[in-house]
Amino acid sequence: MKIAVLAVQGAFAEHIARIRALGADCVELRQRADVEQHFDGLILPGGESTVQGKMLRDLHMFGPLRDKIAQGLPVLGTCAGLILLAEQISNDERRAYFRTLPVRVCRNAYGRQLGSFHTVETVAGIGSVPMTFIRAPYIESTRPGVEILASVDDKIVAVRYGNQIGTAFHPELDADDRMHGMFLDLC
Amino acid sequence: MSEERYTLNKQLAQMLKGGVIMDVTTPQQAKIAEEAGACAVMALERIPADIRAAGGVSRMSDPKMIKGIQEAVSIPVMAKCRIGHFVEAQILEAIEIDYIDESEVLSPADDIHHINKRQFKVPFVCGAKDLGEALRRINEGASMIRTKGEPGTGDVVQAVRHMRKMNSGISKVISMREDELFEEAKQLAVPYELVAYVHENGRLPVVNFAAGGVATPADAALMMQLGAEGVFVGSGIFKSGNPQKRAEAIVQAVTNYQDSRLIAELSEDLGEAMVGINEQEIELLMAERGK
Repeated sequence: MKIAVLAVQGAFAEHIARIRALGADCVELRQRADVEQHFDGLILPGGESTVQGKMLRDLHMFGPLRDKIAQGLPVLGTCAGLILLAEQISNDERRAYFRTLPVRVCRNAYGRQLGSFHTVETVAGIGSVPMTFIRAPYIESTRPGVEILASVDDKIVAVRYGNQIGTAFHPELDADDRMHGMFLDLC
Repeated sequence: MSEERYTLNKQLAQMLKGGVIMDVTTPQQAKIAEEAGACAVMALERIPADIRAAGGVSRMSDPKMIKGIQEAVSIPVMAKCRIGHFVEAQILEAIEIDYIDESEVLSPADDIHHINKRQFKVPFVCGAKDLGEALRRINEGASMIRTKGEPGTGDVVQAVRHMRKMNSGISKVISMREDELFEEAKQLAVPYELVAYVHENGRLPVVNFAAGGVATPADAALMMQLGAEGVFVGSGIFKSGNPQKRAEAIVQAVTNYQDSRLIAELSEDLGEAMVGINEQEIELLMAERGK
């Protein structure tokens, strides 16, 4: 199994280490030619969504990746990756990206770095999962068909819709590989 | 700072990796930087080249100016305080800055002590010329390191020197026998645990960016190929002929730092680079501040 990780900016190395530890191969997506190979799943890592979104377009990866996701390629988007997938960004409407995940997210929803936090909460189908939120978004609302996987203080922080999983937290930063396991099960 | 807070602060630096942090002096410049793909901005009243030209004592920026930049962009905002000036740092924490740079670019407020960064909740980035300096700053509570380079010169030679020194320091620690690490900790004037971390993991315990003198896409890619995890660009962008285009080119060069054909394209038609000052012409070596 081969998993592609968007590697234009952010914490992609952490995802790659996690996926390799689970026994799958990884490729980095840095430019158009990388997108043209075959892969079985896609990870959109944490980082700055404004940078990643711009690089996707400047490096001509946006269209082909959007088509693959729309056609059912399994994808895991964490933090910035969730923002890239979201249909709507409530506090930054002019900057929506793939729009394949029918949810509305709020960027930097917990404020600046002083609002970053760590907690443990239940994820449907997994159990208690450590969660690290770094200048994180949360999901304000979902459309029908979106399964809510986890909430923290009544805010939605993880969802699944078909083959797309989006988390507001960073499963790549904690020593728990079950979110990645859930994603690999889709691939 | 609790252990959990320190971890969160190191993790914010992880999210900045592979990105470019740009010096900005106005909300308009901050917006240009964000649109060009900066992963964070450094808010300061004067960029290092102008600080160098103006001379005199250089201090923390006006909080109102920093707040204006915080309101203008959605990416993390950093700001500088003077080395050892913990009250300037307290002020920056009070306005909820995302990262404080305890910086040699400003005039030092203390010629012996750095800030006890463990007492703060907000993260700190500090400059370092070699492994010893980096680990001393980390011991004081820094959650991110950058090479010092020589700010405001447009000359990358010192950033290269500092990155190579850092790398050779790390290689040396990796290759040591375990019983030699105690003496190495003594030589570097740092706790044994930090040296042991480098020995076991083959890297610094925090993210390490390059800074000081980066002016072109090629400079940025050079620092990335030398092992930097991201790049600060100070005077190099807004002292150049076409800031927007240069900023975008540097961002793409950092993402694809090993693709020489792309970097060749990115280097075309960028307009005038900042004029720059050669190492031998510098009167004030900022990198010698704070060791």
